[in-house]
Amino acid sequence: MLMGTNLVNAQTPAAGTTEDAPQVDWTGVSYYVLLFLLICVGVAVVGKILKIYDLTLKIQGKKGLRWNNVMGFICLVFLLAGLYGAYWSFTVQGSMTLPEAASIHGVKIDEMFTVTTILTMIVFFLTQILLFGFLFKYRHSEKRRAHFLPHNNTIEKIWTIVPAIVLTILVVFGFFTWQSIMDNTDAKGEVAAINVDITGHQFAWELRYPGKDGKLGPKDFKLTTAANKLGVDFKKKSSFDDLSADTMYLPVNRAVRLNIQAQDVIHSVYMPHFRVQLNAVPGLPTFFKFTPTITTAQMRTRLDDPKFDYLVYCNKICGGGHYNMQKVVRVVTEAEYQTWLSHQKPYLTDGLRKELHFAAAEPQQTVSQNRLALNN
Amino acid sequence: MSTLAVHDHGVAHHDEHGHEHHHNETFVSKYIFSMDHKMIAKQFLITGITMAVIAMILSILFRIQLAYPDKTFPLLTTLLGHFAPNGRISTEFYLSLVTIHGTIMVFFVLTAGLSGTFANLLIPLQIGARDMASPFMNMLSYWFFFLASVVMLSSFFVQKGPASGGWTIYPPLSALPKAMPGSGEGMTLWLISMVMFVASSLMGGINYVSTVLNMRTKGMDLWKMPLTIWALFLTAILGILAFPVLVAGVVLLIFDRSFGTSFYLSDIVLNGVQQPYEGGSPILFQHLFWFLGHPEVYIVIMPAMGISSEVMSVNSRKPIFGYHAMVYSLIGITVLSFIVWGHHMFVTGMNPFLGGVFMITTLIIAVPSAVKTFNWLATLWRGNIRFTPAMLFAIGMVSFFISGGLTGIFLGNAALDINLHDTYFVVAHFHLVMGSAAIFGMLAGVYHWFPKMFGKLMDEKLGYLHFWLTFIGAYLVFFPMHFMGLDGVPRRYYAFTEFASMQKWLTINTFITWAAIMAALAQVAFIYNFIVSIFAGKKSTQNPWESNTLEWTAPVEHIHGNWPGEIPTVYRWPYDYSKPGAEEDFIPQTVPFSQTMSSNLPHDFEDNPAGLEELNKYTSTLKAEEKVK
Repeated sequence: MLMGTNLVNAQTPAAGTTEDAPQVDWTGVSYYVLLFLLICVGVAVVGKILKIYDLTLKIQGKKGLRWNNVMGFICLVFLLAGLYGAYWSFTVQGSMTLPEAASIHGVKIDEMFTVTTILTMIVFFLTQILLFGFLFKYRHSEKRRAHFLPHNNTIEKIWTIVPAIVLTILVVFGFFTWQSIMDNTDAKGEVAAINVDITGHQFAWELRYPGKDGKLGPKDFKLTTAANKLGVDFKKKSSFDDLSADTMYLPVNRAVRLNIQAQDVIHSVYMPHFRVQLNAVPGLPTFFKFTPTITTAQMRTRLDDPKFDYLVYCNKICGGGHYNMQKVVRVVTEAEYQTWLSHQKPYLTDGLRKELHFAAAEPQQTVSQNRLALNN
Repeated sequence: MSTLAVHDHGVAHHDEHGHEHHHNETFVSKYIFSMDHKMIAKQFLITGITMAVIAMILSILFRIQLAYPDKTFPLLTTLLGHFAPNGRISTEFYLSLVTIHGTIMVFFVLTAGLSGTFANLLIPLQIGARDMASPFMNMLSYWFFFLASVVMLSSFFVQKGPASGGWTIYPPLSALPKAMPGSGEGMTLWLISMVMFVASSLMGGINYVSTVLNMRTKGMDLWKMPLTIWALFLTAILGILAFPVLVAGVVLLIFDRSFGTSFYLSDIVLNGVQQPYEGGSPILFQHLFWFLGHPEVYIVIMPAMGISSEVMSVNSRKPIFGYHAMVYSLIGITVLSFIVWGHHMFVTGMNPFLGGVFMITTLIIAVPSAVKTFNWLATLWRGNIRFTPAMLFAIGMVSFFISGGLTGIFLGNAALDINLHDTYFVVAHFHLVMGSAAIFGMLAGVYHWFPKMFGKLMDEKLGYLHFWLTFIGAYLVFFPMHFMGLDGVPRRYYAFTEFASMQKWLTINTFITWAAIMAALAQVAFIYNFIVSIFAGKKSTQNPWESNTLEWTAPVEHIHGNWPGEIPTVYRWPYDYSKPGAEEDFIPQTVPFSQTMSSNLPHDFEDNPAGLEELNKYTSTLKAEEKVK
């Protein structure tokens, strides 16, 4: 059995070399098929040998191979190997995971993650050790009879109530964290959050920043044209000073409210470093408010990676280009942010101005946003 | 107290009748349009295994793409044509593979293949009925399932390819044929297939429920039913209540796609073109989908739980620990599973307050799951464990259920879900807790009841090989995925090459792919074992596992009506294993207490005062005799 595993695994390095060849690679395929058949023959041979060994034992008047013992022993080996494997995975692959949260609420999420991990891992190791330990310890024996134990109300009460209490703690902890994270309104006395409009379509993100008035102009999908990609409604004054941007710049330590929308299908704004994710849904604007706390430059030094950038990923299947729908996010100081902002071009381009001028003659209907009452 | 035990002595008249009936059977009525529950179970099983192999091959195809995103494989072009131009799977076809893999595995293998097989096989045999309540509907259920399978697979033969919006087919992606090629004819076929599938599932479910409620043999009250029956019964109830909602959702989607309605669509500009849809909500579909979708995962796992409970009890030679608690936790899961669907939608834009509520209900459902796990462990404790392949798979099921279930506590927590939603962490979670666990439950069932189905025994050694390769393979595949998820790697990505931060996972992807290939090849051991054993396996005895349940009192040869003569009467619960004082380490359900005076316990007569009196008399005479000695 183990030999088979090794053989299959041994192919891993070989795989790259044979399949690299650009020409039609029939030899490669038949090589693997033959290899597999060879393994099958090997397995069959080992099986026959075991059978013969088993029979000779029986002929000699012995009991034959005691498979219950063999399996019990393999269970123990699996337990030990599995524990080591889990430990290895936790240390090696665990260190490859996301760096510390770069936002205020992200730190809270990470704390809760740590608590949950500790609690669940205790249960994980305990139950798996008991499971495979019992298998080894209580493997079949002719001499013994199992212990008749249909139930024990005390212990059953204990292991119903204890998980219930632990989960209640997690629920309460989680519920309030969740409510505070999802609250996207500005509290009294708080500096107003910067509104950033992010709109997803196949397969890119569009950004819009408010101008001096700090307000984003309203949108209507019916106004969408080639020049007015987002369908901004220029009947409202607040639309005129809006800015369009290629990169999402955010000032550090200031609250940002993302106004998330989608034009065609559902997308999802996912910024794992900030622990931010919310779907972009056509017809249903969503909002996520958060405060970045670590600038891109700081993160680069912390990770020792001069090329590091925060990114927005798309995290809801949206079509063929789903796997490459990214937008760079730069967290900068307030001063850098203001300089950057002053260099951004207005959303109202000359082309759009022209188009609107011609369109002004036609009476334009404003259609109220179609939001479902149950959702917002 | 009755001492009359019914044995297998057939009444002459009955035998004759059965014989006559047998002669009238043609090949078509026996093997194709069969109305015998045992044959229908086999049909479900073999179709399910076939679909599982197909879905597994699909997964290997997309795993190859993930492992070698930069390499070309001309063979793929030979096999897949324009779906894999220039030796590489296209981005859209990659999504098709993911979608159809998920759909087939969840619905066709783990719902129909699992419930269909074991509900059909076990319900009549374990409760003591001659057949299902409605054999004709049962036959229809299989054939609708078969048609649904054919339609689903036929979508590989349409020009634009099969549905590719993910198995959850969220509109607008699935509703707008122009949004991606797979949303064209492929999606239409998906929807048609699904409607037929649900019809099949409902006909099956209604049958299972009515059979369990109405056709139990004498003495088989609900609290004497094996846990398999409890699980399959509750699963059927879940299916009956949940599947129609999916049909509702699917029909509205068909309207949106074909008749210009806007149930799920609003404010859409596709490729710069304004679409005429207004007023709908994509979230509505998600509510309808997950109202089925979440009970669905319990539809998948509960039969596996029931099977594992039964197999573990038989092979530990111990009663299942806390039988009542096991049943109540199944009932608890059934009820709660209807009010947790929103945890799939924490970050979809659903009202955050609802998210909080769903988080509470979700974490409550972890309690019955925990109880079940601890009870399984207690069942093993001080057992006398026989490692049949079925037992190993049942244990594997428990191990996966723990590993995958614990990560559910992370994902059920709305705050943690923000960063984990739709990442590989989710992929790892559900592949362990419902994918691997349920498939292991199913395999445990196949190995355990193979003698009942085919009258032959499967080869144990090949079963061992199959188990260990699959078990280790599944852990090697899914364990590393947790860490990919914790690094924020999204699922359903065609390649990890475009993001600098994901490139460090490329080698691990290669490793996972080879582990998956190993696990997939291990299934050859199973398929070979399965087919060869049907024709050339060792003949099984009537009760090969020394089990208590009723199906092992039926003769090995399949007969219409299951038992020759009268159906046996049931006197006791199914878990009297290793009872102190009993001669053997098992006492079948058909053995009355009057025959086992030496092993009876006061507990056995809780609702039977006359029996308790008998027992007291018996013990007092025993004591008196001892004193005399």
